[in-house]
Amino acid sequence: MTEHSPQMSGPAGSHGRDRLSVRNLMILAGLLALFAWSYVGTEFSLRQLLGGESAVQILTYICKLFPPDLSTEFLLNTGYWTIETFAISFLGTILAILIAGSLVFFSSRNLMFTGLLFEMEQRRPWVRALRTVLYLVAKAILNLLRTVPHLIWALILVFAVGLGPFPGMLALGIHTGGVLGRLFGEVMENVETQPIEALQATGAGRVQILFYGILPQVLPECLAYTLYRWEVNIREAVILGYVGAGGLGQQIQIAISLFLEHRLLTLILAIYLIVTVVDALSAYLRTRIV
Amino acid sequence: MRHHRPSAPASLTLPARRFSTFQIVWSVLFILTFLGSYRLAQVRPLLFLEPEGRRNIWRFVTGMFPPDLSWSFLSLLGRPIIETIQLSLMGTFMAAAIGFPLGLLATYSLTFAGILNEREMAGAWRGTLLRKGGYLLARALLSLFRTIPEFVWAFMFVRAVGLGPFPGVLAIGISYGGMLGKVYSEILDHVNPGPLEALQATGASRPAIFLYGLLPQALPNLVSYTLYRWECAIRASAILGFVGAGGIGQQLEISMRMFDFHQVLTLVMILFVMVAGVDALSAKIRSAIIGRSNV
Repeated sequence: MTEHSPQMSGPAGSHGRDRLSVRNLMILAGLLALFAWSYVGTEFSLRQLLGGESAVQILTYICKLFPPDLSTEFLLNTGYWTIETFAISFLGTILAILIAGSLVFFSSRNLMFTGLLFEMEQRRPWVRALRTVLYLVAKAILNLLRTVPHLIWALILVFAVGLGPFPGMLALGIHTGGVLGRLFGEVMENVETQPIEALQATGAGRVQILFYGILPQVLPECLAYTLYRWEVNIREAVILGYVGAGGLGQQIQIAISLFLEHRLLTLILAIYLIVTVVDALSAYLRTRIV
Repeated sequence: MRHHRPSAPASLTLPARRFSTFQIVWSVLFILTFLGSYRLAQVRPLLFLEPEGRRNIWRFVTGMFPPDLSWSFLSLLGRPIIETIQLSLMGTFMAAAIGFPLGLLATYSLTFAGILNEREMAGAWRGTLLRKGGYLLARALLSLFRTIPEFVWAFMFVRAVGLGPFPGVLAIGISYGGMLGKVYSEILDHVNPGPLEALQATGASRPAIFLYGLLPQALPNLVSYTLYRWECAIRASAILGFVGAGGIGQQLEISMRMFDFHQVLTLVMILFVMVAGVDALSAKIRSAIIGRSNV
């Protein structure tokens, strides 16, 4: 990448290098200042961490975790909660696809009002205005879904539909729907135009162009993004349990609050297992698809 | 994808293609998983049509407006906002400090394979074993750090060292350290080996090869990915407050507990501005770094 960069090939005292190092020194000073500022602000203490009271506290806590609670009854329960967490992430991701899929066509500029598909359409400005408004509304909805963190969505939905895995799945789906909508939109706005031109030249209508020219191009990439988000979602599904949205997270909250450390370790091992399984599955499917 | 094949002239049609075993197996699995999950997650879409659910949502949404912009509330927020930013910064610093050494150990082109090691590895099976052991241990640690969500780490650290931003920093440092370490090792594994070979041919020592051959190639990507993680850290540190790890999340939790939805809306708006600002800033720095490296 930087094979031919001056830093490597030029002699040590060259002019360009001197200017660069002044700049680098300033960057370094800025980083150090930020570091000092946040070090003080967060009451961080390296001495505490490496040999003081905090280190002792952390080690004691780790010792308390062992051995994990491996009684049959608890293992069975943990298995059930693990599957429940999996189900939340799975359904959440599917809901996200539905949300993103229904909004993405409105939030892609090249499908709504500009570019190849619309260059012939000059006559009716009000139709164009209507399309632009639809585009803006879809974009705004996606932004709203995306920027409100999933934990807040979960709090709102727990309030609305009650405790359990259902609000957790909804919260994941809504937040991820916003994220996927944006990613799908980017993919769709960057499609190759040649197949579209070719189809247009044969006289294909817009819907036909969408099905035969655009969707076949974008589907593999969209699927890859969805699988990637699924990996993120399995972790977030764990977090959502904290606000009462079921799954492993809720049990972790109970275990920590009631000082049931042995059980906590079992639950952590279960998280490790399910996250690793989902990561591997998603990586496998992605290599098969793309 | 394959269902929408445009009809072609008869001479060009391919023999009708069946679905592959892969597609059939995964479709069946998908449907079964979906049905199972649907039952397990107690999905009840009709709940939204019932008057009670609708009333609750309506109460929540209307209760949020207008946002609470009174001075007495806003003046409370300065400190948590700054604390959130400091928490994310310190967490990212710590993550880099954990991720970099572990990432180096977990890079196999540095620890036991490739041109840096081929001479030393020949014959020395004990050294090989040691290095492979270090590599595997680093990988295992990184994977443990990153598979446990930062939220759970924060929860445990709050239990271990008490409330405040300190456990938040530890949580972000550990879990993001795991992610950074993995990505660092991937970046280092994929550098162009040409310059390294050239340096080795001049008789450069291993640290020199690392400093002059490897690092200059990898640095822009390393920095860029670290900045990206900092963006994520801002979001995460806003949420960590829920378990008592400082920052704006703590305020959010208090407002939520007291059902003061006006305050909740203010906080969500502040969060939105912070996240958007950091996104823009980090995207700008990243494009500057990557752009400069490509000159």
